[in-house]
Amino acid sequence: MTDEASLNLFQQQEANRRRTTWLVIGFVLFFAWLGFGGDYILALYTSGSGSEGYHHVFPWFGVVLTCIAIAAAWYAYKTGPQKVLWATGAREVIDPQTDAERQLVNVVEEMAIAAGIPRPRIWIIPDDDPNAFATGHEPRDSHVAVTQGLLALCSRDELQAVIGHELGHVKNLDVRLMTTLAALVGAVLLMRDGMGRMMRGGRMPIGGGSGGGGGGRKGKGGAGPVLAILLALWILSWIAAPLITQLLALAVSRRREYLADAMGAQFTRNPLALASALEKIENAAAPTTAIKRGSAHLCIADPLGRRLTSREGWLADRLATHPPMGMRIARLKGMGYAQLKKEGGSSTSSVRA
Amino acid sequence: MWVLLVLAVVVVLWVIAAYNGLISLKNQTFNAFKQIDVQLKRRHDLIPNLVNAVKGAMDFERTTLEAVVQARNQAVKVNASGPDAMKQISQAENALSGALSRLMVVVERYPELKATGNIGQLQEELTSTENRIAFARQLYNDTATQYNTKQQQFPTTLVAGMAHASPTELWELEDQGERAVPQVELSMKPRA
Repeated sequence: MTDEASLNLFQQQEANRRRTTWLVIGFVLFFAWLGFGGDYILALYTSGSGSEGYHHVFPWFGVVLTCIAIAAAWYAYKTGPQKVLWATGAREVIDPQTDAERQLVNVVEEMAIAAGIPRPRIWIIPDDDPNAFATGHEPRDSHVAVTQGLLALCSRDELQAVIGHELGHVKNLDVRLMTTLAALVGAVLLMRDGMGRMMRGGRMPIGGGSGGGGGGRKGKGGAGPVLAILLALWILSWIAAPLITQLLALAVSRRREYLADAMGAQFTRNPLALASALEKIENAAAPTTAIKRGSAHLCIADPLGRRLTSREGWLADRLATHPPMGMRIARLKGMGYAQLKKEGGSSTSSVRA
Repeated sequence: MWVLLVLAVVVVLWVIAAYNGLISLKNQTFNAFKQIDVQLKRRHDLIPNLVNAVKGAMDFERTTLEAVVQARNQAVKVNASGPDAMKQISQAENALSGALSRLMVVVERYPELKATGNIGQLQEELTSTENRIAFARQLYNDTATQYNTKQQQFPTTLVAGMAHASPTELWELEDQGERAVPQVELSMKPRA
């Protein structure tokens, strides 16, 4: 596991870059389908009406929606990290005041050295539940955020392990993909609401135009079934849009957590500290209220406290953002004991077992 | 004919890739070594301040403090270059690490000392400094090991000469006494 993490770092970074690009392209294409599909349906629908009826010729919806989608995707990608941090109400630690803050800054600095990346910016989330996440596009422009609860609960070693896990996400560019996804999930929800309002408002003229549509219905003949299927598909897409993005969020994050655990253990050479940190986080179990559904997949532990997360299996594989805590802890302990065994021989050994 | 041409192109592409891979690893190793240097410098700069901060409170442990200052000055003086450079630097720095961890043990022994804010911060700073150096060393050793392995492995070893790659030394803890330094429990939560 650790070897896999270190050997394939470059491939992982490449894959994450590629997936981010495809995610953005898919997002735009999806909205293009929503727009142009609607235009096409409307064109079919109105083509039968008489010469004085409304004819939908120019694909207004498609053009407008695609433009909006491109703008939204660009905006979401650019401002993703800020938006995610803003949504959690995090505040940046620039000049550490308390001992806990000083320790956090020191620990992040140490782990950045271990990971060989520039020190990310540090944020504290005012929430009593222990949790943490990382966000950003590139290692040189990244952020880690931890909750107040994590600082209070964890020892220095455990905090170090958690930060190591997060910097694992930063180093292999998981953050890029996951942040963009979080921002797009937000954008989809926003756009659906906005579009819904526009449709409801805009129904009047269209409805008026198809006032003669009753006659049009008879006239369109062969287009009937095609129109019906298209319409059904189109409406389904509208309804499914937020769901699809949510499912995507789930799909991308499960394997990543194991990998980041392994990378974190590689940085600290102390997998048992991460195991005990995860145990503490798991036992705290209260939902992290400051972290909303849209960015749940970014966190070290499922902030929503969903029970699905505690199970392995087909359904959980598809519906939970995080692998079961028990499995993660077991794997880390396995690494730890392998390390201890090895250290019987030489103390300079690493986690690479 | 075509087969040969394709083969030649493939070989050339591979050589370029392997060469660039080695160069990149070489630079990473070099950079990782510089990182250790940066962290060692940081420790050197930090120590006088720390010692000044606790001198008053720790009048009774003069020798421990003096040992730290002495080891620090010794480490600063080492400005070696050449084949032995790494060995000299690491010896001096390891001595300093030893002196510092003895200081931490002493601080640990006097709970009333820790109650004063300065010492608590000092402890955190010392822990962090030692960690930074250890992690910088770890990164260097990992990168250097990767570099060494790569240049010795077949078939990359064929282009190792071209890339002027030669095995680099790892940064090791030298004497056994150093390894046996008692582990200080410093993981307690900071006081608010």
